[in-house]
Amino acid sequence: MDLPEGIEYREFDGEERLATRGEPVYGEPTAEGWRAWDARRSKLGAMYERGMEPGLQNGDRVLYLGAANGTTASHVADVARVVYAVEFAARPMRDLVDVAGTRDALVPLLKDARKPASYGHVVEADLDVLVQDVATRGQARVACANRRFLADDGRLAAVVKARSEDTVRDPEAVFEDALDHLRNEYRVLETKRLDPFHADHLAVVAEPR
Amino acid sequence: MTEGWFAGLAPDDPATRDRIRDGSADEPADWPALAVEDGFVADEDDYYATLHDTATEAARTAATERERADDRQVIHAIRAMDDTERMANELAERVAEWAGSRSDDAGTGVEFCRELAHEDADDPTGERVRSLAGRAVALDDERAALETFLERALPAVAPNLTALAGPTLAARLLSLAGGLKSLARTSSSTVQLLGAEEALFAHLRGTAPSPKHGVIYVHESVRGTRPEKRGSAARALAGKLTIAARIDHYAGDRRPALDDELADRIAQIRSNTEATDGSA
Repeated sequence: MDLPEGIEYREFDGEERLATRGEPVYGEPTAEGWRAWDARRSKLGAMYERGMEPGLQNGDRVLYLGAANGTTASHVADVARVVYAVEFAARPMRDLVDVAGTRDALVPLLKDARKPASYGHVVEADLDVLVQDVATRGQARVACANRRFLADDGRLAAVVKARSEDTVRDPEAVFEDALDHLRNEYRVLETKRLDPFHADHLAVVAEPR
Repeated sequence: MTEGWFAGLAPDDPATRDRIRDGSADEPADWPALAVEDGFVADEDDYYATLHDTATEAARTAATERERADDRQVIHAIRAMDDTERMANELAERVAEWAGSRSDDAGTGVEFCRELAHEDADDPTGERVRSLAGRAVALDDERAALETFLERALPAVAPNLTALAGPTLAARLLSLAGGLKSLARTSSSTVQLLGAEEALFAHLRGTAPSPKHGVIYVHESVRGTRPEKRGSAARALAGKLTIAARIDHYAGDRRPALDDELADRIAQIRSNTEATDGSA
């Protein structure tokens, strides 16, 4: 797999690790201006480790849903032209705002990803990538509702967390339902489980239909 | 309506922040190009720089406001929890007295109400006693649900204070101080005595010894320390709780080192058999 410009495997303490270039954010190891991208703390990082192609390119415009405290969003902002980082919870937003202080490309938005109209006046149309890591029920519905921001040749890189949909149902069944729902708006290109980095998470790369 | 957050405004107008927070548009548009076209900014770079600064400021103020609002919710919940507990116990007392007049093997307390609520009543009076017991049980269930709510809500509102004090005591301190901001601005000696106001005023009137602790008495660090050392333990605990509240209000990140410092200090107080007790 070819990694996009700005994302590389670099050596940290004798170990080859995925990395981007920027100021460290969460105590990750750094070397020569590069910072290790910890796949155990980042589902997008785990997607790269699993050989998937989320479609992120240098200079892209990105909508990131479920940015939490900005661990992954900071890596995306190292590569992208602009990252609209949507997070619903007030507590992690404090950290996300601090991360935005170190990265001009990061635009933090305290909004509900289930209500795209509440940020439609800020987030621009025809974006290159939609990254989604929301931990609410109806994760596929959220991806479909946010299709409006994506260019026709854009990419969706989403993670479906089985336990956020249903704590007792078999994860496989949960994933099948989510994929069925996604197919209303997207063509699914590849799916992979993120074990051992993240248990019971299905990563999905898709393009708009 | 499809209008960008910048429509009709200048980049330095504070109303841009409010627009980001409260505005909406059903469909997105090429906002950077429109902003240049409108003369809001000179070029795309300028647009992204302005958006970054404005959105960051909007997110910061909105998050702070939301969190402040959350500490109010916690205060309502702990007061409601105390109300339901008091009312459940009062009703349980009434039930015990009434049931005791009808049967020699009647028990007491909410647990007895729980048993009684499941029994079949064989006459109209028994039915009233059974029904009343059911009300006490329902109130006790509500108390438990409020406690669970607090356990979930407190770590988000005050992570360090909750780690040190536990959710219930943390909520009580917030309630007595009137919120996280006030608690963060309260001196450690006041935190030590929050909830002991009656005893403090009795002391100031000269009719009682000075109180050594208020609600923090329920903390294991104080209650589990032998009586002659409890003043020291209470002072040490209040000091750490005050620092925790300040970190929670002004910084917001979790600092586990505080927990260890408190544990070390309490261990030191408990092992120190000489009367020479250093200040916390």
